[in-house]
Amino acid sequence: MKSPGQLEARLAAGDFVITAETTPPDAATRDAVMERTGCLKGLVDAVNVTDGAGARTHMSALPCAAILAANGIEPVLQFTVRDRNRLAIQGDMIGAAALGVPSILCLHGDSITKGDQPDAKAVEDTDSRGLISMARQLRDEGCLPSGRAIDPSPGLLIGAADTPRDPGAGFNTDDLDAKIAAGVDFFQTQFAYDIGVLRRYMAALDDHGITRKARFIVGVGPIMSARSARWMDANLFGVHVPDHVIRRIEGATDEKEEGRKVCAELVEQFREIKGIAGAHLMAPRGEKAIARTLTDYRIRG
Amino acid sequence: MRSMRDWSVRHAHRLARLYVVFEHLIVAIEPLARLIGHERLERPVAGVERMIKGTLFDCRMCGACVLSSTGMSCPRNCPKNVLNGPCGGVRADGTCEVLPGMICVWVKAVEGDRNMGGGTIGLLPASDHRLFQRSSWLRILRQRSKESAR
Repeated sequence: MKSPGQLEARLAAGDFVITAETTPPDAATRDAVMERTGCLKGLVDAVNVTDGAGARTHMSALPCAAILAANGIEPVLQFTVRDRNRLAIQGDMIGAAALGVPSILCLHGDSITKGDQPDAKAVEDTDSRGLISMARQLRDEGCLPSGRAIDPSPGLLIGAADTPRDPGAGFNTDDLDAKIAAGVDFFQTQFAYDIGVLRRYMAALDDHGITRKARFIVGVGPIMSARSARWMDANLFGVHVPDHVIRRIEGATDEKEEGRKVCAELVEQFREIKGIAGAHLMAPRGEKAIARTLTDYRIRG
Repeated sequence: MRSMRDWSVRHAHRLARLYVVFEHLIVAIEPLARLIGHERLERPVAGVERMIKGTLFDCRMCGACVLSSTGMSCPRNCPKNVLNGPCGGVRADGTCEVLPGMICVWVKAVEGDRNMGGGTIGLLPASDHRLFQRSSWLRILRQRSKESAR
């Protein structure tokens, strides 16, 4: 095993895993973390902790993940290259493992110009692939890029992001292959509400042998309203919410309830698609909606 | 070129006076600039600005020129990017801890400030990184244009 986490153990056992996403609070206490994220305890295999999502400052992700770990919620700590240089990131990877974080997700991060301090400097000392290879070197070779040893080395399961898309003519998996070669163990994807596209995408990945080299945890989430579905469709990169889904939510007496039902049905469909290792539930400030979706529809990992 | 930027610090008072005239000029041509379009002017003006200020100050085109409040010594030449200096690494002879042969840009700034009559150095805010490689002159022009619109 590469990490001490249950996420890796369950993925290795071939179980269908459930992960969720949380954003650290705008508050400076442990209690604030648990108030927001505690509702996911026992319902999911791991909880991703976002790192300055939307290029906005919140409690930093590493202590938030450590608080979750100390309270029995396994974290997946997200790392972006936007706010720290490689020295800071390497130190945080080592420290994260020491604080009980077994998995990380390596990202670029939202553009600083889209955040609420657009005049700030984006560090971008490396890129997501650089993050992946640094983490892999730390874990597998037990050393920093300089060659200096880290002993014991950080046992981190390494994740990266991906966006399901319709595999048209000229489809290739070069970017995924490169990330896997750099050290990726699992992918967590952008929201996949178009089940047809997802089926074709996963079939294409299967044809290319990708799903045998890394596990795919597919993104989805309880839709809060028809308006929110339209917004995601128009504004979130790589996200398509089909019209029939939007109309269904719009026509429901309780849009929130219908949004949770859509999510739960998609998760059940994911289980039947070859190559999908689990579902990753995301909803901005929607931890409780995620928890309710999981309990109401008895979704188990 | 260091000799040139040393010259600029020695003549900080003259350059500061020249700049005041220059800024009036910028403000005067603002309607013309608006006619042409600020974005269209960005590249050519930034090019001219880079040439002139590059020669005089080793300008790095941060797009938010503060020379008037740093004694005509450009703080962007500090290898530690110190915007409110000097740092603790200045050697006894006034040279930089990172670049031993170079007099600290902040030692130079204090010299230039003295040449300008003193009291010009204030606390500089964190940089607006969106402005890098853009024209500082056009930014001032845009500010003036906004002010006159009010």
